[in-house]
Amino acid sequence: MQASSNPGLSINITATAGAAASKESAASLPMRMSISKLNFFYGSKQILFDINMGIADKRLTALIGPSGCGKSTLLRTLNRMHETVATSRLEGEILLDQQNILAQDVTSLRRRVGMVFQRPNPFPKSIFENVAYGPRINGFKGSIGEVVEQSLRHAALWEEVKDHLHKSAYELSGGQQQRLCIARALAVEPEVLLLDEPCSALDPISTAKIEELLVELKSLTTIAIVTHNMQQAARVSDFTAFLLTGQMIEFSPTPQLFTTPSDPRTEAYITGRFG
Amino acid sequence: MSARLRWRKFVSNFMLTLTGICAAVSVGILFFILGYLVFNGGTSVNWAFFTQLPKPVGEVGGGMANAIVGSAKLLLAASLFGVPIGFFGGIYLAEFSGAKVASVVRYAADLLNGVPSIVIGIFAYSMVVLPFKHFSTLAGAFALGLMMIPITLRSTEEFLSAVPRMLREGAMALGASRWKTITTVIVPAAYRGILTAILLALARVAGETAPLLFTAFGNRFWSQGWGQPTASLPVMIFTYAVSPYDDWHRQAWAAGLVLLGLILIINILARTILSRGIAVPRG
Repeated sequence: MQASSNPGLSINITATAGAAASKESAASLPMRMSISKLNFFYGSKQILFDINMGIADKRLTALIGPSGCGKSTLLRTLNRMHETVATSRLEGEILLDQQNILAQDVTSLRRRVGMVFQRPNPFPKSIFENVAYGPRINGFKGSIGEVVEQSLRHAALWEEVKDHLHKSAYELSGGQQQRLCIARALAVEPEVLLLDEPCSALDPISTAKIEELLVELKSLTTIAIVTHNMQQAARVSDFTAFLLTGQMIEFSPTPQLFTTPSDPRTEAYITGRFG
Repeated sequence: MSARLRWRKFVSNFMLTLTGICAAVSVGILFFILGYLVFNGGTSVNWAFFTQLPKPVGEVGGGMANAIVGSAKLLLAASLFGVPIGFFGGIYLAEFSGAKVASVVRYAADLLNGVPSIVIGIFAYSMVVLPFKHFSTLAGAFALGLMMIPITLRSTEEFLSAVPRMLREGAMALGASRWKTITTVIVPAAYRGILTAILLALARVAGETAPLLFTAFGNRFWSQGWGQPTASLPVMIFTYAVSPYDDWHRQAWAAGLVLLGLILIINILARTILSRGIAVPRG
């Protein structure tokens, strides 16, 4: 890992001066991605203001904040999905393994930084073909069946679907569909997996399953998750970033952010006074 | 009950009856035509009709095998010409063009769709028949293909645009390029709708007569090739219907019945395709 030899990268991790403790614990970790001086616009409207943060390797980083704070937008810049909107504009720097993602070929970047969306979006294909899709379009040579099985196992879906891999993905329940989408993303072995409110359309039981899964997946890949659910962030993440109206208010290790927040606005949000 | 209320009730009932009658008439016309065709042409639809060439005047019997094959050839060549242009144009419109270009092309396609088929015929005549100095199957197919372009283009665009945005994002997030996303996810998600529309376009031009009169012309015998005139069912109906012979009239009715049957089969096929396979949920 190149990033691990460069502790300087993690200095950006704390946005507020008060979070000195987090700087220490975070500084010891290698960063997979780092974002610096990120400003983001839709047309003339600025959505994100001077964001600085890092995504720690093999850890789970959560982005929380009230609706419209820009957390999903921030997540979507990490694999340049924002470019699907013609009027979007981005200033600043985002590094993946120390290389600027904005200068890379976007398709190979998205192969390395996968994404799971708010609502399950399986393709109108069979379960098998959904998972095989990523490896296939990326010219995978080898046993596609093994990749599919392994990805479905990683997504804790294998046992439920192994006997009807060739059924339509739409015959699965919402929670299963979302795990299928996670398996689909895992099949191309991304270095970073982005999840944009992956449980917002799911019932509590499916949500619990996915949360359990995410904790296990940390050993496999680096994860960044956007969630509107603070309890979820507290349960699954190692680091939490709190955003408010496009500004990064606080970015700390999760236990610290939820127990001793350094900013009064963070405290007000996590104690439920707004949002 | 006040007079006013009675009047309202009367208007309500009257309109209910009127709209009901109009709906019944619309359905009735189809069945009337179908019944009339069967009544007049049913007896002439036999094995010979499908397998034999037309008999010379005066001889009873014979069939329209050459016209059936001719129509099939015309439709095949027309599809090969019109469908790809309409299909790829539709992809461009739905996936690549800006809103301004799209609205201009869309408007042009709608106008082209509204061009009377006889005008399309004259155009094909001057573009293909005159330079080659004779009527041909290809000229007829060119005319029919022109008519298929706008229908295919508009419906391709419509069905592609209806594919949910989240499916596109799903593919792109896996590292699919724009074109790859289109060919592997978007078109497969929309293909049933597109195929249905193409079949309906085919059914529509299958009955066109005017553009064939001076392009594919007609032929009493087997067509000698793509560059030669060919018989077709609609033109055959026209020729036979205006003839003074009773036996030809019956054959014209039979040809009408076969043509309608053909179009019906295409329609049923289109509906079958629509109801099969994995549907994309709307949302």
